[in-house]
Amino acid sequence: MTDTNTYSAASEVASTITRRTRWERMKIALKKAPLTAWFGMIVIAFYLFVAVFAQWLAPHGEADNSFAAYLPWGEPGHVFGTDQIGRDVFSRLIYGAQNTIGIALATTLLSFMIGGTLGLAASIRGGWTDQILSRIVDILMAIPSLIFALMLLSVFGSTAGSLIIIIALLDSTRVFRITRSVAVNVVVMDYVEAARLRGEGLGWVMRREILPNIMPPLVAEFGLRFSFVFLTIASLSFLGVGLQPPTADWGSMVRESASLMQFVQYDLKSGLTPLLPAGAIALITVAVNYVVDWFLHMTSGLKD
Amino acid sequence: MSQTWSAGQLPTIKAWQAGARGEIVNLILQTILKRLALGVVTLFFVSLVIFSAIQFLPGDFGEAVLGQAATEETVAAFRRELGLDQPAWQRYLDWVGAVATGDFGTSFSGRASSGVDRSRPVMEMIAPRLENTLFLASITAMVAVPLALFLGITAALWRNSIYDRVVNAMTLTSISFPEFFVAYILILFSALWWGLPTLANITDGMPFWEKVHKSLLPSLTLTLVIVAHMMRMTRAAIINLLASPYIEMARLKGQSRIRVILRHALPNAWAPIATVIAFNLAYLVVGVVVVEVVFVYPGVGQLMVDAVASRDIPVVQGCALIFAATYILLNLTADIIGIVTNPRLLHPK
Repeated sequence: MTDTNTYSAASEVASTITRRTRWERMKIALKKAPLTAWFGMIVIAFYLFVAVFAQWLAPHGEADNSFAAYLPWGEPGHVFGTDQIGRDVFSRLIYGAQNTIGIALATTLLSFMIGGTLGLAASIRGGWTDQILSRIVDILMAIPSLIFALMLLSVFGSTAGSLIIIIALLDSTRVFRITRSVAVNVVVMDYVEAARLRGEGLGWVMRREILPNIMPPLVAEFGLRFSFVFLTIASLSFLGVGLQPPTADWGSMVRESASLMQFVQYDLKSGLTPLLPAGAIALITVAVNYVVDWFLHMTSGLKD
Repeated sequence: MSQTWSAGQLPTIKAWQAGARGEIVNLILQTILKRLALGVVTLFFVSLVIFSAIQFLPGDFGEAVLGQAATEETVAAFRRELGLDQPAWQRYLDWVGAVATGDFGTSFSGRASSGVDRSRPVMEMIAPRLENTLFLASITAMVAVPLALFLGITAALWRNSIYDRVVNAMTLTSISFPEFFVAYILILFSALWWGLPTLANITDGMPFWEKVHKSLLPSLTLTLVIVAHMMRMTRAAIINLLASPYIEMARLKGQSRIRVILRHALPNAWAPIATVIAFNLAYLVVGVVVVEVVFVYPGVGQLMVDAVASRDIPVVQGCALIFAATYILLNLTADIIGIVTNPRLLHPK
């Protein structure tokens, strides 16, 4: 009597299904990513590379004005010519990546630290803490943020430090709202109650019980806030009240070269100079938005 | 057993219906009044925040405004004029009282160390600028709002079609562009091919159509920026509803897709759509700063940027208060539209 049927229910039950590792899951997700998301990720990686290695990539110094003013494109050593006081536009574009991305990133991180912590605290504590914080945020959000930023900058003056703090504070109101709104759904869960009854403190409940469960919307929000902060800082610099010269910054580079635009009929290339920094800003915000769009689509579980 | 109504019963039914309607109107009125009260309270706190701005200035800003050579008497007179010798609450009440009568104080610029005061009242500076900003905002809104609604509804109607995808990708791209990028690209096109005026330096006496002609490029820029946002929200608000059972019911009844969207989905989507339209109208007044600077359009935004650069606090305060009030007012209007058009409030069970 030969037993050809080796199947046994016991072994089926005993064999555990191993969960894919984080790396494997990421690879599968990346394989399914749409073209726009790939485009976005490549652009972001490129920008980060340029920002980190700006010192080695740039052919000339950030504020090195030892060249003739308004050299045309393609001049030896100056791919995109020089600006109104003889600084190499290409080098300033590269340094601009470092300054603008660095400040925007610092601002977004700060605003998430403030807004995220307060939002979590408000949702866990509830009651008066929640009421007071929410009402303060309501009032701050009733003032349009660019206008508020302009007003505060006129009082405190435009330095990189005050720029970061002011915009982070204004932006943290929005972070507070989203953190609170997703966290209140998690706070009522039994495991949070259990942690509280064990006697865990506010910090533990925030970090270990709630934060891991609200990560996806917060990560998406981080991308959106980053591109929003990036645009705000660029706009303020463009208006002349953001980063001050000689710091290379894309927003102020657009403003400084804007007058070249009127000669576009006579010299197309020089006329395009203001579009270089403006395009650099546009490209990274588009890239971030594409990636966030994909991420939101992936985590929302919508399958259409 | 069929129920029949006698003639005598009819008036009672009518009275009952009228009573119910009265109750509904009452309910809506109550909600609206609550929102109005909330708006007033918000405005009060916002004015408090804006007023406090001047408190944070470093102690001796009199010298900064009047110049190094200012005599002590001039500085003292200047401080007295600002009321810095009075307690803060007194100053706040004076300021609010003056603002309520349209007096925003006088500008810091035009004051000299010698005590000669050539400064102008803030209101005189803001009023003509505000008119220009509202002009630009209204001609933009007249084009942008219907266009966005049309694109949003058609994209929801033919969702997941090529048309939908193209419109979606285009709007996502144009949302993420900074305004000055859009503006400079338009200027580039205009300089090369279109021949539209790239300088929107309109003046008071200009005939209407010349004003419109000069404001074409700024208004086109603003349209591109806000249509994307409004269109995406309209599409999302409608598609959100399409999964609900009552829409499925309408579809199973065999109604056409257009009718399902226009008659069944749209009435429930008005509240989010009104919110996003109000938000974008507010943006047209508040967020035009960059566009005004690009096209040298003489609006409030540019006035405010100039005032910030020269740290002319009274002008900044005045502009900020006007902007904030506009913002709150428009959001309030959206809330009220949301309440009034809410079918659940209009037809309670």
